[in-house]
Amino acid sequence: MKLIFELHKEGRKGFRPPASDVPAVAALDVRYTRKISARLPNVSELDVVRHFTNLSRLNFSVDTNFYPLGSCTMKYNPKFTERIAALEGFSAVHPLLPQLMGGGMLAQGSLEVLYETEKLLCEITGMNAFTMQPLAGAHGELTGVMLIAAYHKAKGSRRKYVIVPDSSHGTNPASAAIAGYEVKVIPTAADGYMDLGEYKKQLDQDTAAVMLTCPDTLGIFNPHIKEITDMAHASGALMYYDGANLNAVLGKCRPGDIGFDVVHINLHKTFGTPHGGGGPGAGPVGVNQNLADFLPIPRVTRRQDGTFALDYHRHKSIGYIAPFYGNFGVVLKALAYMLYLGKEGLVETSEHAVLNANYCRVKLQNYFDIAYDKTCMHECVFSASRQTKNGVHALDIAKYLIDKGYHPPTIYFPLIVKEAIMIEPTETESKETLDAFIETMIEIARLAQENPVLITQAPIHMPVKRLDETRAARQPNLRWQE
Amino acid sequence: MSYSSHTKEDIHEMLSVIGVSSVDELFKDIPVSLRPRSFNLPEGKSEFEVTQYLKRLADKNATGLVNFVGAGFYDHFIPAAVDAIASRSEFYTAYTPYQPECSQGWLQAIYEYQTTICELTGLDVANASLYDGGTALYEAAMMAVRLTRRNKIIIDSGINLIYRTMLYTYTSNLSVEFVEISVVHGKSSREELIKHLDDKTAAVILQNPNFFGAIDDHSDVVAKAHEFGALAIQSTYPIALGILKSPGEMKFDIATGEGQSLGIPLSFGGPYLGFMAAKKELVRQMPGRIVGATVDKDGKRGFVLTLQTREQHIRREKATSNICSNEALCALRAVIFASLLGRDGLKELAQLNYQKAEFAKLELSRVPGVEVKRSCPTFNEFTVLLPKNADEVVHRMIQKGFACGFPLGRYYKGMDNYLLIAVTEKRTREEILTMAHCLEACL
Repeated sequence: MKLIFELHKEGRKGFRPPASDVPAVAALDVRYTRKISARLPNVSELDVVRHFTNLSRLNFSVDTNFYPLGSCTMKYNPKFTERIAALEGFSAVHPLLPQLMGGGMLAQGSLEVLYETEKLLCEITGMNAFTMQPLAGAHGELTGVMLIAAYHKAKGSRRKYVIVPDSSHGTNPASAAIAGYEVKVIPTAADGYMDLGEYKKQLDQDTAAVMLTCPDTLGIFNPHIKEITDMAHASGALMYYDGANLNAVLGKCRPGDIGFDVVHINLHKTFGTPHGGGGPGAGPVGVNQNLADFLPIPRVTRRQDGTFALDYHRHKSIGYIAPFYGNFGVVLKALAYMLYLGKEGLVETSEHAVLNANYCRVKLQNYFDIAYDKTCMHECVFSASRQTKNGVHALDIAKYLIDKGYHPPTIYFPLIVKEAIMIEPTETESKETLDAFIETMIEIARLAQENPVLITQAPIHMPVKRLDETRAARQPNLRWQE
Repeated sequence: MSYSSHTKEDIHEMLSVIGVSSVDELFKDIPVSLRPRSFNLPEGKSEFEVTQYLKRLADKNATGLVNFVGAGFYDHFIPAAVDAIASRSEFYTAYTPYQPECSQGWLQAIYEYQTTICELTGLDVANASLYDGGTALYEAAMMAVRLTRRNKIIIDSGINLIYRTMLYTYTSNLSVEFVEISVVHGKSSREELIKHLDDKTAAVILQNPNFFGAIDDHSDVVAKAHEFGALAIQSTYPIALGILKSPGEMKFDIATGEGQSLGIPLSFGGPYLGFMAAKKELVRQMPGRIVGATVDKDGKRGFVLTLQTREQHIRREKATSNICSNEALCALRAVIFASLLGRDGLKELAQLNYQKAEFAKLELSRVPGVEVKRSCPTFNEFTVLLPKNADEVVHRMIQKGFACGFPLGRYYKGMDNYLLIAVTEKRTREEILTMAHCLEACL
């Protein structure tokens, strides 16, 4: 498909602002004006609409395809939440309105949305307070680690390390490093759990925090989790919960009850807000009482008379990690989702997510090596090791699945499983969809033995075949040039 | 109700395939002692009931005020085509385009967005977006620290206080030193800059137009910074770039800013759009996702996420940043908006914003007691000095139906009587005249 820039034609008109109803003025001094125009394309509105509509049709999406992407929780995105976020009463409000004198009363609806979401997330996770400010999961991780740093600083201790398991998502060590910590990595033992012996050795008075995902990135719930959190606390370290896998344990286990001090949630995973092709997301952070004072400002509070206010007077706060109150438009959709699901809906979500993943696990375990042969939670990890004996790798399997109309599962993560294929069906997929996917995976296993070239040459039915990623990195072409 | 579709029969069949008698058995790894102490959530409601409740909340927000508040976030008109395209679920329910063969739509759209940002800023390369203008500024500062291996940053106090505060929050555990230079008669103080610039300076960071709405040509500052081996970073405003000298033309190394004005609603603070562009030699230190063009097996043009070895999923604790998600859907809105405008439309829009603000300045200077600050040219936002406390004046104006501006005393000591007023193409001549008239009555 052509680029929108390649459709440019001098004289074409798209959208035009209204005619001026004020007098013309002298032009700005040329000292301040640009000599080289921004060469945006002159195209008609139809050109733009047709171009981007056709681009959209080149994408897989949850609304069109099954996306068993482990760790991403690609569940259905409810349409009614889109309509609510588009209400002018929410979308047209300037974030600075509450900062005008008496202005808090101008945004009571939005403040109530933030307040109610906080309350619900506290109950769901067992934490005492939440900030909705973090603008993505990784942003929440950074915020959480900064809160932990503030906690230790206030105690006068200068701990240097953050512990992560080797199965952790890359954002965990990256966030710790960005916040100024050094990272210690603990290996995963043969049973699929973090090596307790190594953990005990590395945990000391210099450990600021331990960052865990629970269930872990292998999709397994560690029944010794309380031992791990107790040991950390005994050393004066804090426990950080990466909430990426929360979809497995809604109503079954709460991080606040099992010893976690800081938690982040991915609203675009567990709470069904759309992934938007890569964003926007939201990563609210919850804390227990020990850390509440350090939360970013402002905090939304409720007055005696039931009205809501913004509290900026918190001298221990770490400051601002976002320009305002968070990705409000995303938080709003998550609130609508939680209110719709309610208690039974949230519990059913986890039950069916776990049911679906175990169904896939049992149906596929004779065809693909399974990383850990035990009950999984909401996702299961296979390995393509068996298939590599015929030259078929996880990547090839992924490309073949694309030809069959499936977005591939997550591949090559977690790093500790060779040729990893992580399948997370989510609770919103039907048995029929799972059965069809399983059938395709079984076909792949068969073809890998009988006719591997059919898999290694995939995809052949998509608008493009396999792309030269090496060339893209070696000869970067990152923008169109006239 | 959940969005699961399983019937009793489905569940029964699936459980027997798995070999357990109940769903509860699948949770046996969670000991009883670790089960929730409470899970007191309200019961689920229907779509109708949830919608009615949230509509009632939306109605509690004041959307009827005529808006003259900017301060970094602007009330611009968003054409219907932007919403129509961005609400296609093939865009918004898609995942990050890690599998390029089934994501060419997203990858090409981002490549076009990157091109748009390069054209607007006059720089060589842009990334696929960051969370907002503030985190973009922080990421640029960190790029400079990494590239120069220095840790002193000179920062103009004409930069939005929110962005400066975010910068200080993010770096509080790192050994980065900040020196703020003053704004004198609307311009960044060259004198103070010279005083502080040395071979320990990683970067000089400025904003154009600055928070007071003032426009400047920063070329001299950039040249001085380069003399000392420091990088020059500019935070800027995309609509203004329709007529203003671009950061590229001023020879800045990195440009960042808030892209909300490019077709993204104000939405009470987010989601927004942080953009970043830089000179091509800096690309490998850029954070965030980047899309590149390449060819497939048959030589056909295609797009992929590239230079991924900078990112967290590969470099982990050695990554240039911890960023995973970006603001893709907002970047899409921006490229659609920019394409609808085109090069001529953008110039027209910028001109109109400029003219409307100049008209407002004229009318407000007629109001007795109001002094419009004229030491510098401005774009669509400017500062006035009132004879009274700006907070109180704003409060009275709200009662007359106007959000007439942002009181600067909130951000700057000793400026309690100063007001920052933004005028976009949405403000009619009538509204401007009435605002001036009401202001006179409030003073």
